[in-house]
Amino acid sequence: MSELAPERFLPLPTRLLRFGLGLAVIVLLQQFVLPGINPYFARILILAEINVILAVSLNLINGFAGQFSLGHAGFMAIGGYVSAAFAVSAGPAVLAVLGASPEAPGPAPSFIVLCLGLILGALVAAITGLLIGIPTLRLKGDYLAIATLGFGEIIRVVIQNTEAVGGARGFINIPTYAGFFAVTLFMVLTLAVHWNLVHSRHGRALLAVREDEIAAEAMGVPTTRYKVLAFSIGAAFAGVGGSLFAHYNGGLHPNTFTFLKSIEVVIMVVLGGMGSITGSILAALLLTAMPELLRPIKEYRMVIYSLLLIVLMITRPQGIFGLGEFDPARLLWWRRARGAR
Amino acid sequence: MLEVTNLDVRYGAIHAIRGVSLSVPEGMVVTLIGANGAGKTTILRTLSGLLRATGGGVRFLGDEITGLPSHQIVKRGLVHIPEGRIVFANMSVLENLELGAYLRRDREVKSDLERVFVLFPRLKERIHQSAGTLSGGEQQMLAIGRGLMSRPRFLLMDEPSLGLAPLLVQGIFEIVREIHRQGTTILLVEQNAHMALQVADFAYVLESGHIVMSGPAAEIAQDPRVRDAYLGGA
Ligand SMILES: Nc1ncnc2c1ncn2[C@@H]1O[C@H](COP(=O)(O)OP(=O)(O)OP(=O)(O)O)[C@@H](O)[C@H]1O
Ligand SMILES: [Mg+2]
Repeated sequence: MSELAPERFLPLPTRLLRFGLGLAVIVLLQQFVLPGINPYFARILILAEINVILAVSLNLINGFAGQFSLGHAGFMAIGGYVSAAFAVSAGPAVLAVLGASPEAPGPAPSFIVLCLGLILGALVAAITGLLIGIPTLRLKGDYLAIATLGFGEIIRVVIQNTEAVGGARGFINIPTYAGFFAVTLFMVLTLAVHWNLVHSRHGRALLAVREDEIAAEAMGVPTTRYKVLAFSIGAAFAGVGGSLFAHYNGGLHPNTFTFLKSIEVVIMVVLGGMGSITGSILAALLLTAMPELLRPIKEYRMVIYSLLLIVLMITRPQGIFGLGEFDPARLLWWRRARGAR
Repeated sequence: MLEVTNLDVRYGAIHAIRGVSLSVPEGMVVTLIGANGAGKTTILRTLSGLLRATGGGVRFLGDEITGLPSHQIVKRGLVHIPEGRIVFANMSVLENLELGAYLRRDREVKSDLERVFVLFPRLKERIHQSAGTLSGGEQQMLAIGRGLMSRPRFLLMDEPSLGLAPLLVQGIFEIVREIHRQGTTILLVEQNAHMALQVADFAYVLESGHIVMSGPAAEIAQDPRVRDAYLGGA
């Protein structure tokens, strides 16, 4: 299939070069631009980036695979609590091995602890996703939504009653190992993984499952396997988002992970367009910034959300970008074409 | 090539297929005719693994394939073109065809694509059009083309002529003949018994989940009962 649909397959050196360049940009931003930014804006920016991770990963499940999940907050909570628990319990030992002091570990050792916890959190979230996905993904539409909704609430109640992670009081004193650098890096990684996945042969198969399960199955696409796969990958990256949130925020509270959080992410996905990665990015940024812009009428945030959604669903039922991607080149071409006339 | 013995399929309490046995030798076109609700689609779906049989067995090329998941069945070259021109509406014609080759890893996908375009020049003209905007007949061509892209050795076709204008019906049956000429064995389900019996070598008649008659297509076409029930008494 590769010769028919070139998958933009890049040789390894090019990939490494790109990765290195991206890394350099993030470091430069962190070193020279971030200090100049008002900390309040920096906070909103970082939270928005975390929301981008959540929205894009949910889009994989809801948009690309067409399985309506309402459990994203649950997977986010798993990632957050697992990686926080790891940093608090095993973190000092890891730092000791690295020869760093737990009080002031320095950027590199703390980044390593963050990564280990994050990977662990993502893994646990993915495995949970697998366990939930295998039985529930055989269900259709509404049933899946209800099952995942129930799952998210169960996770929250379990956390609320687990004293080891602070129970209903919340998990405090989580080391703040995630800053702009780590969050941006993992956001870019998340985007790269999702972009490559949906533009691969597997992405095409996922879309086929969404479009018509019977036809996909008849063409030899193992539909259940794809649904479960998308569900677990989405769950893993929700775990990544949760883990970053835990280590940025320095504390976690079960009430952060109610089904309202899941719905918030669903809204981002729907608003941006089910099946549009760039749409999810834009919607996540927009919807994170909006409550801040609307600070004077903050109580009405949900009302504005709803109004916005209603207006959008009437005018653009397919979301801002629908199934397509935002392409700056096309925009330029369009403007040039208009200018020429 | 395909042997079905005592196949039984139930939808909950509904007993749709009751002990159906049939066989399709390699290189033949066999047709399965029957009225609405007789169970034709159910049989095809069971053969291709979209449905689970509640009894009986299916052998393909000598191997037991009863209960295998559909992707394993497709891999063996038994391919089902479902009823009702189901295409991936939001994808282009080309993307639909490429999905037909989903399980293939060989390098001949491109030449097969050309073969499909020789069969259906109209699809080539509309290669980047999204499948949902094709006309009904074009969608049926696409559904057939997509099935061919998986390189079937054996094709299960479910009412390819359904809802098409008479001229197109002729064309679709020509295509069925052509696919057969190129070496694919075919089990053809049709309501258009008249055409199906002209194309086929052998025929089975299905009535409420039972096979009630079988024989060479030319003989079945002459049978008074069949003429009354399926050929409009002609
Ligand atoms: N999913 C289902 N659940 C319950 N009953 C079903 C289901 N699908 C089909 N049936 C029943 O099984 C019987 C056979 O249906 P099937 O679709 O196989 O008929 P058919 O011969 O293909 O008819 P047609 O020519 O109208 O396509 C019918 O009585 C139908 O109502
Ligand atoms: Mg039918």
